[in-house]
Amino acid sequence: MYRPLLASRVRGQLAYPLSFGLDVLAQGIGQAIELVVILVLFGRVTSLGGFSADEVLLIYALAGISFGLADLVVGQLDELPRWIRTGELDVLMVRPLPVLAQLVTADLQLRRLGRVLVGVAVLAVVLTRAPIAWSPLTVVLLVVTPLVGAVIIGAIWVATCAVSFWVIEGRELANAFTYGSSLSTAYPLTVFAPWLRRLLTFVVPAAFVAYYPVLAILGRPDPLGLPAGVRYAAPLVAVAAVAVAALIWRAAVRHYQGAGS
Amino acid sequence: MRGAVALLDVLAAYFRLVRAGFDRHASYRLASLAGLFTNTVFGLLRVAVLLAVLGPTGTMAGYDAAATATYVWLGQGLLAVVLLWDDGELAQRVRTGDIALDLARPWDLQAALLATDLGRAGHAVLVRLIPPVLFGALLFPFRWPHAPATWLAFTGSLLLAVVLCGQIRFLLGLTAFWLLDNRGVRSLWASTSGVLCGLVVPLGYFPDWARATLGVLPFPGIMQTPIDVFSERGDLAALLAHQLIWVLVLLLAGRLVLSRATHRLVVQGG
Repeated sequence: MYRPLLASRVRGQLAYPLSFGLDVLAQGIGQAIELVVILVLFGRVTSLGGFSADEVLLIYALAGISFGLADLVVGQLDELPRWIRTGELDVLMVRPLPVLAQLVTADLQLRRLGRVLVGVAVLAVVLTRAPIAWSPLTVVLLVVTPLVGAVIIGAIWVATCAVSFWVIEGRELANAFTYGSSLSTAYPLTVFAPWLRRLLTFVVPAAFVAYYPVLAILGRPDPLGLPAGVRYAAPLVAVAAVAVAALIWRAAVRHYQGAGS
Repeated sequence: MRGAVALLDVLAAYFRLVRAGFDRHASYRLASLAGLFTNTVFGLLRVAVLLAVLGPTGTMAGYDAAATATYVWLGQGLLAVVLLWDDGELAQRVRTGDIALDLARPWDLQAALLATDLGRAGHAVLVRLIPPVLFGALLFPFRWPHAPATWLAFTGSLLLAVVLCGQIRFLLGLTAFWLLDNRGVRSLWASTSGVLCGLVVPLGYFPDWARATLGVLPFPGIMQTPIDVFSERGDLAALLAHQLIWVLVLLLAGRLVLSRATHRLVVQGG
């Protein structure tokens, strides 16, 4: 049922190829900026939090693809405060379809693939250089990690955007977690202070997007001493994150009383 | 005499615009709080990465832990004071045609927008700059200015930075006269400005060629320069001169572009 809707959104964006190309480029540059930062830092040092440049770039690349995919699917939830303020959300509410599904399919911004493309390009280069413990399991991990990571970031996105139902200015609040995840997932967990590591592992599970899976891909034990199984726990964490996000979203929608417009 | 009185009247009108800019933003309390929270989260993440870079020697390109923390927390506050990222309001007024009303008013549009922006920035200093700086100073080693005169220099540099960034946003907004939808231009600025201005990583960390290139461009004047003035790094006179020159160039450029833009404007009667 949603397919014709999505297809029409996609056709609409491709109708202006130049504008679309510029948008993809802008998104790609947005992703590449953090790459510049990492390269500038490694112009000065040889290791960051105990990880080499190639190892950090592996984390960055997988995190970037995850974030790009999540952004592609749920990114327009950033517009939720506007939908609430203008009353457009009320229109979605009276339709006999789940609100979240309608919001997600309301737009599919293909330009966000720019981020994914940059992530894939960096990944392709890094795979030839990073000290990877190659095995069939590593290959599976490399394929699964960005997808599972996207689910985790998507869950964080949905959960924090739901705050907009309570706080009208929720957008910027949610940005701290959504775009904050884009930043925190791109670096080894070891650079953060202990309390922040615990937060990023157990509360906002950003560390499972790329950091823990990369430990497994590199065949490294967790320098912070968590059991080896944690490195493979990302899919379970994703399931839990989706469950929590669904609960928060449902509570938020139930709480919603309209903006009075 | 009469001329002087008229001038005072005009100035009083623009001063009221400064007040209006201040008051308008004072009414968005929750928005300020939400922004503050986001700046603090990003500050915590950025400062962690930059402190991890310092390594065993504890310094890097002249930055020790205190200088790094000061750089990050001041930057997170300045970000909102200079309003680095355009809200797209001017572009939207161009697209909807409301700009015709703005141009018809008995004011100089560029000066009026500058005046309201100064008011906005003044408010941001109180609610968006001081809190993260205090937060950083309480939780991290922090480098306060040593010389009292630095506070004066910093105030001047901050003022120049606000005007500089305001003029860049003004020019970005004016592109809507030609592009109608200038989202591409704005998103390009949003994604690159953090690095160009020295918000995410100190420009001192860049390789020499990149530092030299950025040094002649206006961008460091928006973030890195006020931070350097506060931290008493580099030649104060040269830093302020760089900002002042670019402020003048961009004010002039804004004026020229606005006049070209208004010549393109056709108001449909009704």
